Amino acid sequence: MMHNLINKRDLPLFLGFIVVVLLAPIIMNPLGAGYPDLLQKFAIFGIFAIGFNILFGLTGYLSFGHAAFLGVGSYTAVWTFKLLTMNVVPAIFLSTLMGGLFALLIGVVSLRRSGIYFSILTLAFAQMAYNLAYSVLTPITNGETGLQLRLHDPRYLDNFLTSSVETSLPSTTFFGLSMSGFSGFYFCAVILIICFYVSLRIFRSPFGVMLRAVKSNQERMSYTGLNTRPYTLAAFVISGMFAGLAGGLMAVTDPLAGAERMQWTVGGEVVLMTILGGAGTLIGPVLGAVTIKYFENIFSSLNDNILMGFFSFMPEPLQHAATAVAGLFVGEGWHLTLGALFVIIVVFLPGGLMEGLSRIGKLFRRGGGGDGKKDAAAKFATPAE
Amino acid sequence: MDVILLQLLNGLDKGGAYALIALGLTLTFGTLGIVNFAHGALFMLGAFCAVTVKSVLSMQMIALDPTKKTAWGTPLEIKTPYVEAWFGDFGAVLLEYSVPVSILLAIPIMLLIGVVIERGLIKHFYKRPHADQILVTFGLAIVMQEIIKAIFGANPIPQPAPEIFAGSADVGSWLGLKAGSVVYPWWRMVYLAFSAFVIAAVFCFLQFTTFGMVVRAGMADRETVGLMGIDIDRRFTIVFGLAAIVAGMAGVMYTPILSPDYHMGMDFLVLSFVVVVVGGMGSLPGAILAGFLLGILQSFASLNEVKNIFPGIDQIIIYLVAVVTLLVRPRGLMGRKGVMES
Repeated sequence: MMHNLINKRDLPLFLGFIVVVLLAPIIMNPLGAGYPDLLQKFAIFGIFAIGFNILFGLTGYLSFGHAAFLGVGSYTAVWTFKLLTMNVVPAIFLSTLMGGLFALLIGVVSLRRSGIYFSILTLAFAQMAYNLAYSVLTPITNGETGLQLRLHDPRYLDNFLTSSVETSLPSTTFFGLSMSGFSGFYFCAVILIICFYVSLRIFRSPFGVMLRAVKSNQERMSYTGLNTRPYTLAAFVISGMFAGLAGGLMAVTDPLAGAERMQWTVGGEVVLMTILGGAGTLIGPVLGAVTIKYFENIFSSLNDNILMGFFSFMPEPLQHAATAVAGLFVGEGWHLTLGALFVIIVVFLPGGLMEGLSRIGKLFRRGGGGDGKKDAAAKFATPAE
Repeated sequence: MDVILLQLLNGLDKGGAYALIALGLTLTFGTLGIVNFAHGALFMLGAFCAVTVKSVLSMQMIALDPTKKTAWGTPLEIKTPYVEAWFGDFGAVLLEYSVPVSILLAIPIMLLIGVVIERGLIKHFYKRPHADQILVTFGLAIVMQEIIKAIFGANPIPQPAPEIFAGSADVGSWLGLKAGSVVYPWWRMVYLAFSAFVIAAVFCFLQFTTFGMVVRAGMADRETVGLMGIDIDRRFTIVFGLAAIVAGMAGVMYTPILSPDYHMGMDFLVLSFVVVVVGGMGSLPGAILAGFLLGILQSFASLNEVKNIFPGIDQIIIYLVAVVTLLVRPRGLMGRKGVMES
């Protein structure tokens, strides 16, 4: 039974992933990240990056427009809360669906071109969506203020089932379980695990192999008489659905949606996460998302006073100088660190953190036993099904 | 008639900015084959050259005048900028014309930055896929804009145009239309003339000098030029510097129109990429044509009459044009065969 659902070789990886995700509050606690708000972000951006990786990592199509799907997902979820019910299940289903629908529309057009042209087409669509959300679509998106819940929203389904009069803003629930604190995190975590499983299956499926073939040589694929468009389009729609789902989950944990989520630089952030972790690997995108969100949280909370304390072992003039230099990279300047780190990664470690880890691993193995060659061979021989 | 003329003029200066940025972008495409996402950041750095010059020039010397008292009884402070104290009237003129003067600073600085970026980073990416080039220059752009943010803060810093260009020209009355029907700010006219001049200069440089000839030959067939014993790499480094200078100068002169802030580069980047794609990758005339065309289209789309028919069209017109162009004319308006066709 089990080997139908999952390849035997992937079982330890998948089980390990489940354990790490479910124990995340305990594991991350010593690192100062064991609280639900941040853990939710890890999970949500992990889902976003996993989805992006299915497109970029497998097919090599670099999309800068995925923020649009994230935004669409968020808006859909908030509208579901407003119109139907505060239960999160319809919201995440609809936001996934809408993300996929938008991805289908944009993908059909954008995938007619490849390479840099594809990137610019997706960028253009994302900017269009963002500009429209800010201007003429204000009745739907509430423009700059962002879409929020109100006390007198209709919520037809809720009001149909219960007749209680609300006195305060209701919170999002999963069949009565409030989606705040750790229950919110575990909801996201379970979805993250499901998404990881889906991505694992895609990576190991004939479909995934086909996508990889598109990446390595699309021309040759066409010469064999195969139309690659349906495959790339499917990958694009799947990744759009993941992005919509991530957007929906953002609204679940904090029910408001703003247009700034659709800006192309947000789409750039998920590119950073995927590359940092390692595009085309299974764990990489999640690792990248967690790394970026973790350091964003830590670095932006540091300020000059904390730095002064940190450098207090130095003589005073040096202490001030060190604080001034380090101060550039933390707090408000955290993006500087991110940009610099990113440049370094692209230049020296194109495979991202996963490549770094496997290099370190190889080093150890070479010192230990000498069967590193066999392992490397096993790593590259990706099973076809 | 006058409305059309006004929108045409409005579109031209915006188009001038697009064309200038796209010109530099196309130069790096055509010669180096590099997709430079940091080009918008170079435009932004140019704008901040103007900010730096302005703030250096307006450093003030404070002298106390004990004979006069302020309302609080403290001696009156007389503030004079150092340049005025040292150079007299010339200093005052220098301060007044800080924006054009900044170009003198921007040229060497942008050349230096361009050469450093090319030799230090881009050089390693010629053989890597375009996606990698996009990624590394995108990271570089983030670094540059965050450094600027750390130095100058996040708020836009207004830069006044020189006094004599401050008002508006009554273009309508020149052409015999009703006075005041078509008014156009002087500085935008200066910008238009400036961008026309720079574009002409770059063209002449590429068309009529030996250096330009070598570069054009290198664009057409890099390998053959190399085999003829010409160090094409060094020329291309200079071309990258040239592209940086063009972007920087465009940034300097644009500061009175748009107060510079740290993310203006990113805002212009997307637009200028769209311009390049519409014009055709690697085609200089295409980039300029598309720049002006899109500028004019955008200004016509923001007419109320048009907006009433298609709500929101002014927000998306440029992207819409780009999408349509890419689908019906895959090489853009004037793209050459075989450039960036993957």
